[in-house]
Amino acid sequence: MTATGHRAKTSSQLGADVGLDDDQLRAMYRMVALARAIDERMWVLNRAGRIPFVISGQGHEGAQVGVTWALRKGHDWIAPYYRSIAMCMTFGMNARDIMLAQYARASDPSSGGRQMPGHYGDRRHNLLSVSSPVATQILHAVGIALAAKIRHTDQVALAAMGEGSSNQGDVHEALNFAAIHRLPFVFLVENNGYAISVPAAMEISVPDVAQRAAGYGIPGVVVDGSDVLACYRAALTAVERARAGEGPTLIEAKVTRLTGHSSDDQQTKYRTEEDLAAGKRSDALPHFRDQLRAAGVLTAEVEAALTDEISALVTDATDFAEAEPDPLPSSAMRWVYAEDWPSETPPPWGFGEPGHDAGPGGT
Amino acid sequence: MPTRTFIEAIRATLADEMRRDESIIVLGEDVGKKGGVFLATDGLWAEFGDDRVIDTPLTESMIVGASIGAAVNGLRPVAEIQFADFIHPAFNQIVSEAARMRYRSNNAVGLPMTIRAPYGGGVHGALYHSQSVEAFFCHVPGLKIVIPSTPYDARGLLRSSIRDDDPVLFFEHKKMYRSVRGEVPDTDYVVPLGRAAITRPGSQVTAIAYGLMAHYALEAADRVAEEGISVEVVDLRTLRPLDKETVLGSVRKTGKCLVVYEDNRFGGYGAEVAATVAEEAFDYLDGPVTRIAGPDIPGVPYNHVLEDWFMVDPAKIAAAIRKLAAY
Ligand SMILES: Cc1ncc(C[n+]2csc(CCOP(=O)(O)OP(=O)(O)O)c2C)c(N)n1
Ligand SMILES: [Mg+2]
Repeated sequence: MTATGHRAKTSSQLGADVGLDDDQLRAMYRMVALARAIDERMWVLNRAGRIPFVISGQGHEGAQVGVTWALRKGHDWIAPYYRSIAMCMTFGMNARDIMLAQYARASDPSSGGRQMPGHYGDRRHNLLSVSSPVATQILHAVGIALAAKIRHTDQVALAAMGEGSSNQGDVHEALNFAAIHRLPFVFLVENNGYAISVPAAMEISVPDVAQRAAGYGIPGVVVDGSDVLACYRAALTAVERARAGEGPTLIEAKVTRLTGHSSDDQQTKYRTEEDLAAGKRSDALPHFRDQLRAAGVLTAEVEAALTDEISALVTDATDFAEAEPDPLPSSAMRWVYAEDWPSETPPPWGFGEPGHDAGPGGT
Repeated sequence: MPTRTFIEAIRATLADEMRRDESIIVLGEDVGKKGGVFLATDGLWAEFGDDRVIDTPLTESMIVGASIGAAVNGLRPVAEIQFADFIHPAFNQIVSEAARMRYRSNNAVGLPMTIRAPYGGGVHGALYHSQSVEAFFCHVPGLKIVIPSTPYDARGLLRSSIRDDDPVLFFEHKKMYRSVRGEVPDTDYVVPLGRAAITRPGSQVTAIAYGLMAHYALEAADRVAEEGISVEVVDLRTLRPLDKETVLGSVRKTGKCLVVYEDNRFGGYGAEVAATVAEEAFDYLDGPVTRIAGPDIPGVPYNHVLEDWFMVDPAKIAAAIRKLAAY
């Protein structure tokens, strides 16, 4: 997704140092805004009783889009986490794909409605399926990077997670191994200052997670997550380094969590008014918008068209997902293994569908 | 036909499979130059080099987690956990990740990977070098669990495991590595997963076992045969998926079922087999479905008197058979 061409006549100089022309800047902004709009719709649907659970990426989108923009779509791999909506969309998932996961429909490309919302994944776009135990995915990305190195595929693998999760033992095991073998791996820590209710100072013994990189002999970079282009720059360096065989980089993006941890959390119980207000001030979306406006990349005309497009996409995705069918019970026993085993028997109550017998002892 | 020890069969099969398929890598602690602490991977590093035979750091979660990623991206990893006792740091990666990847991605991502680990007691290994860990993993849908008892089966089942498109845990009883020898053809045969074998036909009692206990059950059957008790021995070979057909077929014929396992009795794998037989062969039973298994203590003690007391052996199995046959 790096620059392929410039429209020299009309281009601002805003992304010039990293080879981004204005079209690409607008595309990045569009992604941040689209991810936000879908996310906001998810909360509306939750409050309206349409979907039982929301976990949000609001406040993280700028860092996710900036970092992901440095990877090669359809070639590199990402092991995302539950806040990675903007990352997954930048890598190829569309508004419908995200909304199908919220509704857990049969056609949900992440899991066919098997997983909670937020557990995205899409094999078509080299996005590995998210699970709930935090931090496990870092080892998967490292394994992907190992295979890339052995098979000489020139791929880079990235894993993302929160700062709280970065304390897990798997992170240590992964960074150590990736550093020993100089694997083409990038570790993105999205530090929003909280692991549910526990503030960073109670989770991490040093001010920055990035300091820990020194223990593995790899670069650790802190970047302002409200500065999309800074995130892109940091990722570009890390990805180039990885592809050149120079090994992994830890990028810590300081982001903000604009919502509760999830729809089951009330963050006013443990965060002060000032803290929440400060969080709002470091939201990447308005920052990026102001930056692009000032550079003349976003005009009133462009913004109006974008707003219309995004609102149409969100509405379409919602209507589409709303109308899609749920998965059938008879599908629930499929894909435990590649093949069906007669010994892995369905429950005695069967599937309650025409054309499907009850299991042994069923009614 | 050449005869080989159990471990020679494992080693030769790993090498053959790696020659056949470039995507196979071996990784684990000391598997490289040293060839593994039991020498199961001896010679592989010299033949296949650093890229395909990887000495990992002492980090079991990493061994399994990175194998998962490598399997996602086109390789077919064969991971070695040095002792089954030390698989627990990787439990989360095996149970939460490897086992569920295909299911949770709705078949978008399968994981062709094998995890080998030596297990079992009777080797002066004490609490932490003697464990049978199969029960933890047999409980988990999405995992296949294989425990061969002969060099022939070890070769055929390891091939099937490596070629399988789902994660397989392949447990090797370490007491058998050098003490068990058998005929192993050099051909490319496979033993399919999910199929038990009747290793001794009989008519009065069915003894169901696996691993080292499959040998001990045969020895016990020999002993009681002299007393006129005819025992059919079923070697499960694959614990999950369980070959119910063979198990139930045998018990329906003999009417009596003894399940033998080395692990602690309470909640052990054999309990599942016993429950299956009780539910699905009830009408044919002429005696209680019986388990003979290890005592419920936290591990195999080191002192040889205590270790001998712990281990299920042919004499203990024979005693259980006699009791069951008397019904
Ligand atoms: C192993 C594990 N323990 C606990 C949880 C419950 N849990 C889910 S998210 C979370 C906090 C994660 O915080 P952080 O890593 O900072 O990510 P953030 O949500 O802030 O983006 C916790 C405790 C879990 N999912 N997995
Ligand atoms: Mg956090």
